[in-house]
Amino acid sequence: MIHFVLLISRQGKVRLTKWYSPYTQKERSKVIRELSGMILTRGPKLCNFVEWRGFKVVYKRYASLYFCMCINQEDNELEVLEIIHHYVEILDRYFGSVCELDLIFNFHKAYYILDEVLIAGELQESSKKTVARLVAAQDSLVEAAKEEANSISNIIAQATK
Amino acid sequence: MNPFSSGTRLRDMIRAIRACKTAAEERAVVRKECASIRAAVSDNDNDYRHRNLAKLMFIHMLGYPTHFGQMECLKLIAAPGFPEKRIGYLGLMLLLDERQEVLMLVTNSLKQDLNHTNQYIVGLALCALGNISSAEMARDLAPEVERLLQFRDPNVRKKAALCSIRIIKKVPDLAENFVNPVASLLKEKHHGVLLTAIQLCADLCIVSEEALEYFRKKCTEGIVKVLKDAVNSPYAPEYDISGISDPFLQIRLLRILRILGHGDADASDFMNDVLAQVATKTESNKNAGNAILYECVETIMSIEDSGGLRVLAINILGRFLSNRDNNIRYVALNMLMKAISIDGQAVQRHRATILECVKDSDASIRKRALELVYLLVNENNVKPLTKELIDYLVVSDQDFKGDLTAKICSIVEKLSPEKIWYIDQMLKVLCEAGNYVKDEVWHALIVVITNSSNLHGYTVRSLYRAIQTSCDQEAVVRVAVWCIGEYGDLLVNNVGMLDIEEPITVTESDAIDVIEAAIKQHTSDLTTRAMCLMALLKLSSRFPSSSQRIKDIVNQSKGSLLLELQQRSIEFDSIIGKHQNLRSALVERMPVLDEASYSGRRGGSGVSTSGINNIPNGVVKIVDAPLVDLLDLGVDEPTHPHPHPHPPPPNSSSGANFLHDLLGVGADISSSSPQSGGRNTMHGHKSGTDVLLDLLSSGSPPAPAPAPAPATQKSSSTSDLLSLTQLNNNNNNNNNNNNNNNNKASPSPFSALDTLSSSLPTPGASPMMDLLDGFGPNPTTPPPPTPKEEENGRTYPPIVAFESGALSLTFNLSKQPGSPQITLIEAKFTNKSSQLYTDFVFQAAVPKFLQLHLEPASSNTLPGNASGSITQKLRVTNNQHGKKSVVMRIRISYKLNNKDMLEEGQISNFPRDL
Repeated sequence: MIHFVLLISRQGKVRLTKWYSPYTQKERSKVIRELSGMILTRGPKLCNFVEWRGFKVVYKRYASLYFCMCINQEDNELEVLEIIHHYVEILDRYFGSVCELDLIFNFHKAYYILDEVLIAGELQESSKKTVARLVAAQDSLVEAAKEEANSISNIIAQATK
Repeated sequence: MNPFSSGTRLRDMIRAIRACKTAAEERAVVRKECASIRAAVSDNDNDYRHRNLAKLMFIHMLGYPTHFGQMECLKLIAAPGFPEKRIGYLGLMLLLDERQEVLMLVTNSLKQDLNHTNQYIVGLALCALGNISSAEMARDLAPEVERLLQFRDPNVRKKAALCSIRIIKKVPDLAENFVNPVASLLKEKHHGVLLTAIQLCADLCIVSEEALEYFRKKCTEGIVKVLKDAVNSPYAPEYDISGISDPFLQIRLLRILRILGHGDADASDFMNDVLAQVATKTESNKNAGNAILYECVETIMSIEDSGGLRVLAINILGRFLSNRDNNIRYVALNMLMKAISIDGQAVQRHRATILECVKDSDASIRKRALELVYLLVNENNVKPLTKELIDYLVVSDQDFKGDLTAKICSIVEKLSPEKIWYIDQMLKVLCEAGNYVKDEVWHALIVVITNSSNLHGYTVRSLYRAIQTSCDQEAVVRVAVWCIGEYGDLLVNNVGMLDIEEPITVTESDAIDVIEAAIKQHTSDLTTRAMCLMALLKLSSRFPSSSQRIKDIVNQSKGSLLLELQQRSIEFDSIIGKHQNLRSALVERMPVLDEASYSGRRGGSGVSTSGINNIPNGVVKIVDAPLVDLLDLGVDEPTHPHPHPHPPPPNSSSGANFLHDLLGVGADISSSSPQSGGRNTMHGHKSGTDVLLDLLSSGSPPAPAPAPAPATQKSSSTSDLLSLTQLNNNNNNNNNNNNNNNNKASPSPFSALDTLSSSLPTPGASPMMDLLDGFGPNPTTPPPPTPKEEENGRTYPPIVAFESGALSLTFNLSKQPGSPQITLIEAKFTNKSSQLYTDFVFQAAVPKFLQLHLEPASSNTLPGNASGSITQKLRVTNNQHGKKSVVMRIRISYKLNNKDMLEEGQISNFPRDL
């Protein structure tokens, strides 16, 4: 089970956090501090796993961003690397060669996508296409609602002219 | 739109925050935004609620408090439209966690959304429930989720399956409701549903034994078939990851097979073929393939034995281990840990590679490898492996040294074939990483050293060499200082040379140089310095010719700001200067420390009952289990006169172990052999200040039995258990006052040590000081109080309380009228030998229910040939008069031809009705 997902920039700024196990706000910021200290200082050729408080944190760096997932001791680390990559590829497909700025300004989109990939700390969907389709469908629902609202306000605006 | 609403868009706020150059600027921007959001919250602004929540989420991510936005999430979730709900649920998952009570308010909205006609809204609700549900919510909403497992859209079914995992983890008794729906999901083709259903199935098996049995019977066959299909499936672009079809699904299938096959031969048998297929057919050039192989190996290791498959698995691990990719090596080490219990031999074959991994540049790999090496060490390979590890210790990272030394020490202690090897290895470790070594480790080393008497010379010389090069490692310094103090003469005289040694010449002053350097080194802490002082005291006796120089070094600590060092140096100075006759006996070689009781004590037993159980030494007596004897005193039946009287043991209820030591060793006072009374004093003292006492107490067996009274009385519980009062033949007018003062003023066990500071004329010092002063020139002898018979009370025939050789003690007992519980005793000592006894001191101890008051004695010299006597009055109050009889334990010390003598005994032949 994945206990939490963290996206940390190379400067140590948090770009996304998702907690599947209960941590209080205080613990959360402590965890983030501890892990960014551990992970950001590791050299480039080292393995992608760090042992931390009896858990393992699997991390992978993509450009300026570190994607980290915390798992149990007995979980499959190599698979978690694949899950991270899976998520990154979906992000990439969604944003069209994703960069850190996309994730900053559209952080909520990154969360929506993550919610289609993981629930309760478990993988939900192994098909990138399906995830992309589901996110797109929900985005279009939002767009439709917006347009509707606009058109209604237009009608009202015209009627009151 | 509303011109008064909070103006900035989300994008603008993020830009503004990113433009901030300092943290203070950022805080200012955030504060302003938060203020306007709060204003909007209190205005109940509907138009911008979703935008404000989005902003809050961003602010939350930066680490600012956002609790005021929690209710906004609830309002958005309650809104009818999908966009509002979407952002509302996101905010809910982000800003709240399952422990907040606000969460309970959302249960109703969740229930409605789970029944919504829009499948995406159902999906949102399932996602939120799966991520943050509390136990109560899980219980309330489980029926909805269960129903959704059969929803028409597969994307909702898979979400419901994962949501069920959360539910059964929170409320395991709900598990049985999910067993049947899951069994039907396992037959589906949709990968998402299959993936999540298998995961749910695995979690059900973990929480419910019945579910496990059910799936094992009904589903093993189906799952094996699904895995077979997945392995053999043709190229499917949707699920393909580097040439492998849906590795996520394969991994989960392997995992559920592991659970089903574990402990069940039939099920294991069933999956053999497909496991062999996975293990042989999976490509291992990409991470995805390796992830599958890794999972497959673990499954093979966990299911019931099948020799062929295990060989396959071990071979895969071997391949992993030699892989260049660090990730693969890491997981190989991880898996070998599990494999070691199944096939130790096979793992041993990879020893060399594993040892290389200990030296890897990657901390994660090093740590794994070290754990594995630790498991691999056995009697046959301990020497080469330890050598490798110690060689590596020299070059290892600073932050790895701690772990590494701990493991090496543990290996060496556990498996050392001979003592000399143990000592050699430990010295190497101490020299390389002495600062990382725990106290128990060097304590244990000292215990071993004292036990290998043929290696004393060798060890002290090795240490002398070691300290020349590694004086910055505290543990080396301590051990070396201790050994030089103890065996300094062997160092200088090259005693006990082994063939393998190179001869060295060390003069007395060289040896003292080492200790002087150690005590002056600024890095030395209190413990080390205290040990140095102790060693100097010992050396002053071992090297009489250098005693002036030692005295000078000791004197330098007289001005120490650390009370402990200051006091000790003053005491030692006076021992060196004024008590030459006492000194050599005081610092004789330590008795051999008892390994068994040391390791027992390390094992956690705080209280020692082992007592002093060594060599009967002719002069004094065997002392065993003094604690038990103490209790004997308290029983109703007075014990029979003990054939081997014991010293009055201090009770050791609260950390009075030292006392025990002090007294225990004191009992060896007249023993001819320094080996006798081997008491282990190396128990892991916590505070450094204990060390001195410890070393002193055991290092100086023939100390003239300083009475433990003050320390025993330091806590109220102990004070009455053994109210030991000592008598002093001189200065005894002060006795009782001093006793009281001292008890209050010295909560430390060191008060016993004060006795050694005989040069300190402090009036308020401990009574034992007086005791010791008896050894110095002491002119004052108070006039003997005139013995006067109490005529008006009841009298008893005199009893012979104690008789040992030439010394006899008779008690005249009497009662005062009206107070039957008080007994007056007049003790009379006579000496039938031809010699004169000087410095005669009588002490007595009684059990808890008695109170003892001693009056001054008539004299402290006892002439020979029974030509005179000493008398002393005692008053015993029996609080349990009529129920218990009086018993008493006594100790008599005196000097015969300037030689210290000690007699001890127990008096139980009092008349019954005292």
